[in-house]
Amino acid sequence: MDFSFTEEQSMLRDTVASYLADNYGFDQRRAALGREPHWRPEVWSAFADELGILGAAFPEALGGLGGGYTENMVVMEELGKALVVEPYLGTVVIGGGFLKHGAPAGADELIGQIIAGKAIFAFAYAEPQGRYNLRDLKTTARKDGAGYVLNGHKAVVVGAPYATHLVVTARTGGGQRDAGGISVFIVPKSAKGVTTRDYPTVDGFRASEVYFENVVLGAEARIGGEGEALPLVEKVMDEAIAATCAEACGVLRRLQEGTVEYTKQRKQFGVPISSFQVLQHRMVDMFIQLEQSISMTYMATIRLSDSDAERAKAASAAKVQIGKACKFVGQNAIQLHGGMGMTDEMAIGHYFKRATMIEGLFGSTDHHLARYEALSLGAAA
Amino acid sequence: MNLDFSPEDNAFRQEVRTFIAENYPKALREKQERGETLGKEDYLSWHRILAKKGWAVPSWPVELGGTGWTPTQKYIWSEEQARADTIGVLPFGASMLAPVLYTFGTEEQKQKFLPGIRDGQVWWCQGYSEPGSGSDLASLKTRAERVTGDDGKEYYIVNGQKTWTTLGQHADWGFFLVRTDPDAKPQAGISFLLIDMKSPGISVRRITTLEGGHEVNDVFLDNVKVPVENRVFHENQGWTCAKALLAHERSGIAGVARSKRGLERLRQMASTELSDAGGALIQDAFFRRKVAELEIDLTALEFTELRTLAGESSGKGPGPESSILKIKGTEIQQRLQELALEAAGHYGAPFLGEAGHNSGIGPQHSLDLAGDYFNGRKTSIYGGSNEIQRNIISKMVLGL
Repeated sequence: MDFSFTEEQSMLRDTVASYLADNYGFDQRRAALGREPHWRPEVWSAFADELGILGAAFPEALGGLGGGYTENMVVMEELGKALVVEPYLGTVVIGGGFLKHGAPAGADELIGQIIAGKAIFAFAYAEPQGRYNLRDLKTTARKDGAGYVLNGHKAVVVGAPYATHLVVTARTGGGQRDAGGISVFIVPKSAKGVTTRDYPTVDGFRASEVYFENVVLGAEARIGGEGEALPLVEKVMDEAIAATCAEACGVLRRLQEGTVEYTKQRKQFGVPISSFQVLQHRMVDMFIQLEQSISMTYMATIRLSDSDAERAKAASAAKVQIGKACKFVGQNAIQLHGGMGMTDEMAIGHYFKRATMIEGLFGSTDHHLARYEALSLGAAA
Repeated sequence: MNLDFSPEDNAFRQEVRTFIAENYPKALREKQERGETLGKEDYLSWHRILAKKGWAVPSWPVELGGTGWTPTQKYIWSEEQARADTIGVLPFGASMLAPVLYTFGTEEQKQKFLPGIRDGQVWWCQGYSEPGSGSDLASLKTRAERVTGDDGKEYYIVNGQKTWTTLGQHADWGFFLVRTDPDAKPQAGISFLLIDMKSPGISVRRITTLEGGHEVNDVFLDNVKVPVENRVFHENQGWTCAKALLAHERSGIAGVARSKRGLERLRQMASTELSDAGGALIQDAFFRRKVAELEIDLTALEFTELRTLAGESSGKGPGPESSILKIKGTEIQQRLQELALEAAGHYGAPFLGEAGHNSGIGPQHSLDLAGDYFNGRKTSIYGGSNEIQRNIISKMVLGL
């Protein structure tokens, strides 16, 4: 057992942290989100060229730095601290995950493009009717000669407005909620028949409703076996959950530390409000939630390499802890900031909004509790 | 970062498992299974077997009898003990007093007292709390006045009352916090004394706790004469020892391995108990949700403890963060007890005393669950209440 980070991993953390400290202040972020194109391609270029972090989790043979899950964890935690909207999660963790595990033709080249900052991915899995059920798919990929024709509507595809490629789940067979018959495709966003309606999300990201109308795909667009991709989707989803937990740890840390700082400054009744025991104990409970969340993030990240069942249990357990922590720490951060917590000028509210969205991202607390229960009761469930 | 056990670790686990299986006293095992109250010799029998093996005090410095185990080995050790439902080595001497002795004691004190603690020859108890000094421990009033005896030697004459002294009814010796300077600020006038419980003037009175057990006691000190050489560290600086001891007390308190075992038992029990609908209770939507949430919280605590241990092995001692382990560990123990009692249904009610395990009333697994639940309320109170732990984190970690 070992909970230490390698020297390279610590350097990676420092590199990202110091870049963001210099270039991703709260005001800079706010200004950029308020104007076209609502994200900062120059930051992405810096990630690729100046920092070289987009390759941290890819094999050296493909131009990466040879890291993996821990590197993603380290990067995501730092991105969380600065509320970075640029699409590391969609591109490196999810797009990269599908390319690594599914290894479709041309994967190496696409990974090279990711590392170079040229290819950006968004994950189009959710549908308006499906809630958090990955199997509930109305989108279809009908076989057409050697290839497929894609039709359907994907909901709230985060990062789609900046993406060059979409990873799309679709039915090549089976009924609407069947485990079988699910396939995954990589679709260039510029493909004929792809249309999007773009909009901002409440936490400053951008997302799209994505419509596929008779989009013609070659056989090489498919990742994994035809109709057999659910296990692959679940694996990458668990990797995305672990990475999101890491991002949440960064967000939670800022919420917790920001609240401690604020209560030391804020005076009422002639004293700093941090001297009130009822607030001290609340902040201790926030701190405990943060520490427990870090522990669960480590746990889930380490267990990504375990068997499917262990991995899934670990990811869901971590997401439950993080979901609860996001609610408790977020709500209390606002409460302890009082009226100031309600204002748009203070960063705290923006961290709260991100924390709140993370609660529901890739499955709510209830969803993951139910999944965890089913997995720990085994067949008896 | 990884969770891998090395081949050496796996071999160690096997060695520990075999040792426990082959050496755990049969009589003790049977008493535990019958739910009988354990006596002094029961506790010490296992301690002495471990001492002979050299495993009674793993965390001590190696030159004093510690094992020098890695954090992973200690983790394995606690898992295997829990797995085999062994009783532990009592903490009062081995993990509370001993670190104070080997950190602050004189050479003579170490030589005189540590071997008896290590080998399970001397039973120690703790004299900290007083009727008027619980959370506000530094307000303690038990008075020690320095006098010269008829033999020309220096003594303390101790007068006062201590309380909540766990298993003090068996104790040979006790470590006490006493006031040696009533005029100084509360923390500054306290000294740390080792007192022979057979000294004239000491009396121990049973306190019966709400589940009916005899675990804690009042200890009265009436002109008890204590040689000055039984004071640990400087006069009036006992608070330094007290604080160090409390940090050690907190860090062992999480009880992760025991709670994991308890959860296993709870699941087992809930798969034979029936729900209102007639299926296994563990399939009941409400009950199983509570079990799942508890298990997730326990996993988080386990990894927080592992992170703490990893920090310790890289040179940081148990710090104020160990208060997290105390708070979460005891909350989880209590929730386990609560769910077990809930799972028992009607058979949570019978109060059968010690004979109960053979009475044939209700299923075996239901016996004493209410008692465990009632007794378990102590965990969020002792060792510094969970509210005091929050004060510690607030002050020492958050800087509030």
